[in-house]
Amino acid sequence: MRIEEHPILTFNRGNKISFIFDGQRMTGYEGETIAAALHANGVRVLAHSPEKHRPRGFYCAIGNCSSCMMVVDGVPNVKTCITELREGMVVETQKGKGKII
Amino acid sequence: MIKTELLIIGAGPAGLCAAISAAEAGTEVLVVERSPRIGGQLIKQTHMFFGSERQYASTRGIDIAGILMDKLTKYGDRVRILTETTVLGIYEDGMVTALHREDDYFKIRPNAIVVATGASEKALAFPNNDLPGIYGAGAVQTLMNVYGVKPGDRVLMVGAGNIGLIVSYQLMQAGVEVAAILDAAPKIGGYLVHAAKVRRMGVPIMTSHTVKAAMGKDSLEQVVICMVDDRFRPIEGTEQTIDCDVCCISVGLTPLGELLAMAGCEMKYIPQLSGTVPMRNADYQTTVPNIFAAGDVTGIEEASSAMVEGYLAGLCAAKHTGHTHTEYENKRADYIAQLSQLRGGPVGKRILDGIAQQLN
Repeated sequence: MRIEEHPILTFNRGNKISFIFDGQRMTGYEGETIAAALHANGVRVLAHSPEKHRPRGFYCAIGNCSSCMMVVDGVPNVKTCITELREGMVVETQKGKGKII
Repeated sequence: MIKTELLIIGAGPAGLCAAISAAEAGTEVLVVERSPRIGGQLIKQTHMFFGSERQYASTRGIDIAGILMDKLTKYGDRVRILTETTVLGIYEDGMVTALHREDDYFKIRPNAIVVATGASEKALAFPNNDLPGIYGAGAVQTLMNVYGVKPGDRVLMVGAGNIGLIVSYQLMQAGVEVAAILDAAPKIGGYLVHAAKVRRMGVPIMTSHTVKAAMGKDSLEQVVICMVDDRFRPIEGTEQTIDCDVCCISVGLTPLGELLAMAGCEMKYIPQLSGTVPMRNADYQTTVPNIFAAGDVTGIEEASSAMVEGYLAGLCAAKHTGHTHTEYENKRADYIAQLSQLRGGPVGKRILDGIAQQLN
């Protein structure tokens, strides 16, 4: 799912880093958002809605629509489209509103 | 708590230009941006800009972001930038609350504010429009051009305005198939030069067509489209099913004015400006005297006008904080002249109608 050749752009990706998504080890790059890394790994469902439990995915990429909110290192409602991936991060599919405590 | 003379919310074209302008006048500036990168939507715009040379016509958006950042670094310590920081609220006593990354909450006390929050993409109502795989066209542009990630294998584009046409072309540059471009209107909204480019590459542009429903289990698998009549009502029996794993929605932008409304600025719905916008004067000052606004949050236009609005709002906000630029009058007149030049064409007529209702 990654673009390797492009007529205009060259992607200077940062160092490879590993993270955990729902118990599974995945690889991303420094400098990319959590949502971009997940998409590159083929993950399209990021959360389930609170009432009807419908799948939720990436949508606006500007931190506005709340569709991509996930549990990151135990903190719920993290907007993964504007939060950069860090080495060893634990990312989980958010089910519903998320619990703070 | 952080104290600052001028807080600028948003580091897109308007916010960056406001920061350059205010810093040049001698103001201490704090720029807060919710995304990890500076430049707003410029950082994904691989196409060359139209318009006037003074707003970087023939330069790619991605390069303009760099040019503006270079200008800003000149002011050193006078300008501070916080990324991955979302402003949550502006309160009656002037206090601003913000969140950095996952859970670092803090307060900012500014003397004046320039709100340059930009716009968001409009959604489109149809059954299952929340399925993963249905993405804003601008979001897909970010995924591809900033992060180098393909959104999927086969895309249906909804909206034949400039964003829809440009993103379709860029999808093909990234090696993604574009099944078709739909638009409910009877004619193409974007520039014909962009439309001709995608047509030459074999992508059909289907006017008077809309989405009837999306289908898929956990994510998008198919979209049912249909024709619409001259009052945008679906025509029975014209349905077609398109196999695609991505559907991009590109049906226009709307201003992100929530912070201004919360701060008590008088707001007004003005269709020509594409949504609810702040009332303002010629200096881009809102009805709350220490709050200024610039860019798409004041009405949807192009990045070129957002930059000039930013320069003007930054200059005037600096004056409000007690830093009157030595060339204040000349600069102000120049920015106002540049804006009227940018709004000279037929699209500008509609914008000017909107602005006439916005000025106080």
